[in-house]
Amino acid sequence: MLNYDIVVVGGGPAGLAAAISAREEGAERILVLERDEELGGILNQCIHNGFGIQVFKEELTGPEYAQRFINRLKELEIDYKLDTMVLDISPEKKVTCINTVDGLMHIEAKAVVLAMGCRERSRGALNIAGTRPVGVYNAGLAQRLINMEGYMVGKKVVILGSGDIGLIMARRLILEGAEVIGVLARGTYAAGLSRNVVQCLEDFGIPLMLQHNITKINGKERVESVVIGQTDENKRHIPGSEKTYECDTVLLSVGLIPENELSKNAGIGLDGKTGGPVVNENMETEIEGIFACGNVLHVHDVVDYVTGESNEAGKSAARYVRGELKKEGEYISLLGGEGIGSIVPQRVNKENLDKPLNLFLRVKDIYENSKLIVKLDGQEIKSFKKRFMMPSEMEKMVLRPDVFQGKDGSSLTVEILRGDE
Amino acid sequence: MAKKDMICIVCPIGCHMEVVEDASAEGGYRVDGANCKRGNMYGVKELTRPTRLLTSTVEIEGADLPRLPVRTKEEIPKDKILESMKVINAIKVKAPIKMGDVLLENILDTGVDIIATRDLILKKGKLT
Repeated sequence: MLNYDIVVVGGGPAGLAAAISAREEGAERILVLERDEELGGILNQCIHNGFGIQVFKEELTGPEYAQRFINRLKELEIDYKLDTMVLDISPEKKVTCINTVDGLMHIEAKAVVLAMGCRERSRGALNIAGTRPVGVYNAGLAQRLINMEGYMVGKKVVILGSGDIGLIMARRLILEGAEVIGVLARGTYAAGLSRNVVQCLEDFGIPLMLQHNITKINGKERVESVVIGQTDENKRHIPGSEKTYECDTVLLSVGLIPENELSKNAGIGLDGKTGGPVVNENMETEIEGIFACGNVLHVHDVVDYVTGESNEAGKSAARYVRGELKKEGEYISLLGGEGIGSIVPQRVNKENLDKPLNLFLRVKDIYENSKLIVKLDGQEIKSFKKRFMMPSEMEKMVLRPDVFQGKDGSSLTVEILRGDE
Repeated sequence: MAKKDMICIVCPIGCHMEVVEDASAEGGYRVDGANCKRGNMYGVKELTRPTRLLTSTVEIEGADLPRLPVRTKEEIPKDKILESMKVINAIKVKAPIKMGDVLLENILDTGVDIIATRDLILKKGKLT
């Protein structure tokens, strides 16, 4: 049996940041477990720029962002194991994992940080009619094949889904010599960041096909064509609007799902809205000493937010190992009210309201010139003006201790007050 | 009078801006709607001399992966992107490579170098 103070499951941006900040907070024996052959996670395949503006005050590519954290991890001499699959985490924080060098390992940890990330929603979840030919890829998989493994995925491509990965892959495919027929969005606006619509689609004249969806994929061996139909304002198919487009490849960029099989097996409670564990302000799950951060907790769109949250999880784990984390005290539960899709953390220990509380929210729709209202047991305690909010851009909110001064309650609600447009 | 509506691409906020030619303004242009200085600078540059950072990959021999991610060290003129890709695609390097290594100097006489964006060590077991 191996013994560690902190075991971090996952060596992507969340796991790296958590391990580094745990060490900087004084934790001694830390082990990072990564199932891929190298550290860095998905950042290694995100070769485009736009990372790190907040954390490093400069614009980096994904691999550069990862490399800085990997270098820091090595500088701090933090242990890590690659090619290692975690099979089980017990509520008592025993981690079972396996690789081809050490065989089966049982590790006893004082604290565990969950940083397993997320995976892509695939064709099976979409109910697209037609055949099952070669040439239908998840956008992230195609990104890895092209950017790391050196395989081109196709010549004439339709991209379903206008999230950031879909937009970025559209540009990438053009640069690598493919033709992109269009990027399809079922709704009335692109799901990804506006800057990506500009620099990935408009720069290269790639059509953004709003209110369109693939209704059928044709092809015997390889994709030969797709049927594209229009959608109404409720994202429902409009019969009779179908057109057939010849193509050899379909990329799907249709959402990410936090990867929580290990969390579920450990008996950790999940939030149905985020798909990730329920956590408190220390990023601690409902099981004492098990923390969660990054895309396994809730899907992020900016890696700097992952880093910030993971620093918190790592520091908390270090303080937990030293017995300094407050356990007693009543909890306030956090709820998303009108217009709010999800909120993290889901509960806050009242004892910890003496330091700023960071909240991460997702809104359900596009809101212009609106207000985010924070209520404690129905009483407004704070509001924030927001010029523009959309579902694909996570909102961060900081509540300072003075907001709670002289007030008490058991449930905190955040809701949107629509502005005059 | 030159005038253009645009969405800023400097950071993920994506400000909606209007850039107007204005002789009285510093630099000859006025930018409305940007929330920061970098946005103002981007607005003027996008109207007068648009540039982009270009990222791609090149062939690498002797590493665990066949592709090395690279980028232009600084931004290059937007109209040179596709031509630059041809030059980048002809680059072949050998491991080991360090992040920041210059792989090609002065691409298409832009004065900008092509640099590696990660380390790639020699293939494991090939460490000679």
